[in-house]
Amino acid sequence: MADAPSGNADNKAADAFLAGGSLRHAPGPYFGSYGGRWMPESLIAALDELEETFEKAKDDPDFRAQIADLNKNYSGRPSLLTEAKRFSEHAGGVRVFLKREDLNHTGSHKINNVLGQALLAKRMGKTRVIAETGAGQHGVASATAAALMGLECVVYMGAEDCRRQALNVARMELLGATVIPVTSGSQTLKDAINDALRDWVANVHNTHYLLGTAAGAHPFPAMVRYFHEVIGEEARAQILEQAGRLPDAVCACIGGGSNAIGIFHGFLDDPSVKIYGFEAGGDGVDTGRHAATITLGKPGVLHGARSYLMQDDDGQTIESHSISAGLDYPGVGPEHSYLADIGRVNYEPITDSEAMEAFRLLCRTEGIIPAIESSHALAGAIKVGQRLAAEDAAAARDKIVIVNLSGRGDKDVATAAEWFNLLDKDSAESEIGKEGEQL
Amino acid sequence: MSSAGIDGSAQTAGKTQMTSKSAAAIDKARAEGRAALVGYLPAGYPTVEESIAAGIALAENGADLIEIGIPYSDPVMDGQVIQAATTQALANGFSVRQVFDVVAGITAKTDAAVLVMTYWNPVVRMGVDEFSRRLAEAGGAGLITPDLIPDEADEWMAASDKYGLDRVFLVAPSSTAERMQRTVDASRGFVYAVSIMGVTGARSSVSTAARNVVAAAHDAGAERVCVGLGVSNAEQVREIAAYAEGVIVGTALVSALGNGGVDAVGSLTRELSSGLAREEA
Repeated sequence: MADAPSGNADNKAADAFLAGGSLRHAPGPYFGSYGGRWMPESLIAALDELEETFEKAKDDPDFRAQIADLNKNYSGRPSLLTEAKRFSEHAGGVRVFLKREDLNHTGSHKINNVLGQALLAKRMGKTRVIAETGAGQHGVASATAAALMGLECVVYMGAEDCRRQALNVARMELLGATVIPVTSGSQTLKDAINDALRDWVANVHNTHYLLGTAAGAHPFPAMVRYFHEVIGEEARAQILEQAGRLPDAVCACIGGGSNAIGIFHGFLDDPSVKIYGFEAGGDGVDTGRHAATITLGKPGVLHGARSYLMQDDDGQTIESHSISAGLDYPGVGPEHSYLADIGRVNYEPITDSEAMEAFRLLCRTEGIIPAIESSHALAGAIKVGQRLAAEDAAAARDKIVIVNLSGRGDKDVATAAEWFNLLDKDSAESEIGKEGEQL
Repeated sequence: MSSAGIDGSAQTAGKTQMTSKSAAAIDKARAEGRAALVGYLPAGYPTVEESIAAGIALAENGADLIEIGIPYSDPVMDGQVIQAATTQALANGFSVRQVFDVVAGITAKTDAAVLVMTYWNPVVRMGVDEFSRRLAEAGGAGLITPDLIPDEADEWMAASDKYGLDRVFLVAPSSTAERMQRTVDASRGFVYAVSIMGVTGARSSVSTAARNVVAAAHDAGAERVCVGLGVSNAEQVREIAAYAEGVIVGTALVSALGNGGVDAVGSLTRELSSGLAREEA
């Protein structure tokens, strides 16, 4: 037992950063005291195999060329960096730039991760991938990658989400995937992850678990971040080219935190860049109906990692609430917990109402319909811009804020129409739009 | 009866230095020429009082060790029967500290070694040291930890030493030789051999993988290995008793409790224990 590595890793990385070192490329399994492998022994061999395959692939020029080719010729990368001039006027007059992950194939950042992991699954000789999904975005992306690479695909989705997102279920089935409604526990995203893990334990010989966010057991947090780092690399190069300097702030929404860690990574070592993660505040953090994990959670272990967690005094997971299904998760990736503790990233809640106002604003000022998830980042950018303007209105006009527009809002049209009372009460769409259903 | 001093080799010293209630219960069965029976039931199902009564019925009808599960919101290693039972317990308002009442209630009336089976977060939330202290005070033998591997168990290693508790880690058909060694070395009381790659639930046959996992654990120096997952009848118990020190039954007992109450637990336990005898003994 003396040779067991510590589960309570030290804060060397934090010290290094504070002393001018680097926070980039943190390899895991620990991020400060977060991360690790709180998993059944049955799955440890599979995690070891995945880690080894990933580490080799990262250093393999062929693998990197495959990823680069898929990013360019399949996903449509690099995604644009668009200056949102009319939107900026509502954000204290700061210059707002949008990193357009909404323009990727399948409509969000999710494609970056699924292509990478599907390639790894092929390298490991796995013929089947499984995935969890909330609203269906990661499920659709996984089904897409599986179709492209000829893999069998099974997606676990809460039974209630299946009903509400019937068209996303149809999308996955059109792409050849099997969707299994999850009826256990609270029948939400966390229970879909539980059922995916149960499937993985039983079928690990031929199955890769294509986890959709930068959470879970090592190597998932570091690996998912790696596949999304392209967002931050591109954004940093683009802003230097388009504005001639680094931004003053970078904003992203946080559910599990994969789009955020992807864009944050490009700027972690630029001390002049303030970084903001915006969690789902739901009805408000005072109401108990929210998904503001870092803001109000306490460290615990769930789904394989130690991280901030929404839990009661008994350590039972608390159900989260958000108008955005993609942020409706009671956990968060361990690297975010670490970045919060050392103060490198500021995490704040955004309520449903604030997010929906930002949603409408972007539609009307820029002609871009954002995902409701991404609207949390837009609402956060408005706050950041207004704070800068309050400090010095003239100086604010030279400030630059990048927002990761992680996905497009086509999937959210029914929810938004219901929210803004745009539907005739007797229309079929009105029925569909209730309780966040999607067209 | 005590396990202390049975095997003083360096390889197993870590497991036998301390008096282990689980090891004592298994060794008592071994002295009687049979394998030990380990019965699982969740705390608070269907009520706290009935879970105590069911635990006592387990012990009175042939279970040598009792495994009391803590109902948890995210039980990734459990199949549908146990999920349904623990979900019901939580819906009825079960709180984690009541597990100590259940353990104390059973140990007050029986000689069985009573372990707690728990996913790790409820222990983290209470505090590993605090949880361990209260478990020891309640007369508990130790913990079975399905989602805690020795790599992450520093705090638990220290607390279990401090309070004299057994630490039962799991080994699986997928465990490499290196991991098997490490897990066996970290365990005390017994090693829990997962019979199959999967979750809890009754199965018609026990995988041949189980025998190989037990052999690998023995090769790594484990003196006591108990086999669980999928075991539901006396025939399967007989098969496993031939090569393992103990047999773990869960889902079938939970079904019995749900369908027939405490009496059904008693009769199933009697039936299961009829398969424990070793022919060669």
